[in-house]
Amino acid sequence: MSSSVLFDEPGPRGRRSMAIGNVVGGVVVLGIAAWVLVTLAGKGQLDGGLWRAATNTRAWQFYYLPGLRNTLQAAAVATVGAVVFGILFGMGRLSHLRVVRWLSSVVVEFFRAVPVLLMMLFLNNLFGRFMRDLVADSAYTAVVVALVLYNGAVIAELVRSGVVNLPRGQSEAGLSVGLTPGQTLRSIQLPQALIAMLPAVVSQLVVVLKDSALGQLIGYKDLLRSAQILSSGESNPLQTLFVAAVLFIVVNIALSFAAHRLSRRLSSRTSGRTAPGPGIGNPVAATAGVDG
Amino acid sequence: MTELLDLLRQYDVLGAFWLNIQLTFWGALLALVIGTVLAVMRISPLASLRWAGTVYVDIVRNTPLTVIMTFLVLAVWTQLGVSLSTNFTQNFFNFAVVGLGVYHAAFVCEAIRSGVNTVPVGQAEAARAIGLPFLATARMIVLPQAFRGSIAPLGNTLIALLKNSTVAAAASVANETAGTMKTMVEFRPDYLWPVFFTFAIGFVILVIPIGLATTWLSNKLAVKR
Repeated sequence: MSSSVLFDEPGPRGRRSMAIGNVVGGVVVLGIAAWVLVTLAGKGQLDGGLWRAATNTRAWQFYYLPGLRNTLQAAAVATVGAVVFGILFGMGRLSHLRVVRWLSSVVVEFFRAVPVLLMMLFLNNLFGRFMRDLVADSAYTAVVVALVLYNGAVIAELVRSGVVNLPRGQSEAGLSVGLTPGQTLRSIQLPQALIAMLPAVVSQLVVVLKDSALGQLIGYKDLLRSAQILSSGESNPLQTLFVAAVLFIVVNIALSFAAHRLSRRLSSRTSGRTAPGPGIGNPVAATAGVDG
Repeated sequence: MTELLDLLRQYDVLGAFWLNIQLTFWGALLALVIGTVLAVMRISPLASLRWAGTVYVDIVRNTPLTVIMTFLVLAVWTQLGVSLSTNFTQNFFNFAVVGLGVYHAAFVCEAIRSGVNTVPVGQAEAARAIGLPFLATARMIVLPQAFRGSIAPLGNTLIALLKNSTVAAAASVANETAGTMKTMVEFRPDYLWPVFFTFAIGFVILVIPIGLATTWLSNKLAVKR
């Protein structure tokens, strides 16, 4: 919906008051920014030395870039695992065997409800204490497995709703040419649902990347942790966290943008609905409200 | 079994959950206020307000909550000396609430905007036809219906907020669930599985009613069209 239905196309007086309003609004925004900068300067936080230490070659070479690499690596591996997990359990929830359906539902609902941080804490202890000879890097593995379980459960829901949202005729056509329900699911419904859910999976990458920053709390050297280690030596947490936040934001905005582009391009390739998720963890139900 | 029950009593697991529920309540309240203001800004006729709202949502939505929490404690509190309470413990609690509220406000704003999309265009046109200006149209016609249409995504935001309240551990809030579970499994690794399942089931028990309630409410309250 364009928001303009909420107000009339302004006449000359409306345009004048809107121009005044814009100037006032702009002044308020700039005023807040100026106040923040003045306060920061007053606390000595704009001191060039602090910012140089947070942005010099050494900081990038030994802290941000290795941290960013660790973050991206964990996120990439976790996404692949989550997609596999999601397709498996999404199909499980659509199975015509009641036991499989029931088991998949319990698994999916359980991992969707448990906070990722608790999962990471648990897995880190499990791998670090009891499976040392199996798992080399317990923090990294805990981050990846926790992200796979949570986001896999979300993707399983995407698969299920993707198949359910397909027009009824799709499965009817499959059944009428003599395919079994299982074959119809695998060769007709699932491929379309996968295309329809692709933008939402890309949005889910934003969630994976954001959640990977929780690894910091169990000692995984991700981007946030690296920034903190750097700041403890230079005592400039404000500056290093600012740089880390900008890196996270840039990567995630690029991903959100890709999800929107993908959604537009793919909408002609499937009869399912293509929509990017909101990036908070449960894209299926969150977009359900849009239909009204 | 009795040993496990003693362990659960010794570490006050119920108290930890209560702390997370309190964090969720105040965080949700703050997020709802900021989010509603942002939503009104994003549909307002003033380009500067629309722009500011969009920038806020795009930036906050793409920042990890952990970064916001760490920033509040390490930068705002330690470096800038801003304090939200004279009480040491309360101070961290308040910072965590601010972190949760500021972060989830972006998602509340988007949820309300998705609700605005469910209001038929004719409603706003009728409001304008009887001469209502923008704020009155938004306040009396569009927002009341938008809220009823956005209950499902708002419920999802609330569930996410409840689960994210564990991230308060990054804002040094002591005795909430994540910190309590961490201490428990570090001191009693032999009870790793039961302790984890206690906390996990606790969250399942909290999350499922919210999901059911919001689904029921959104069916009941949504304006039938």
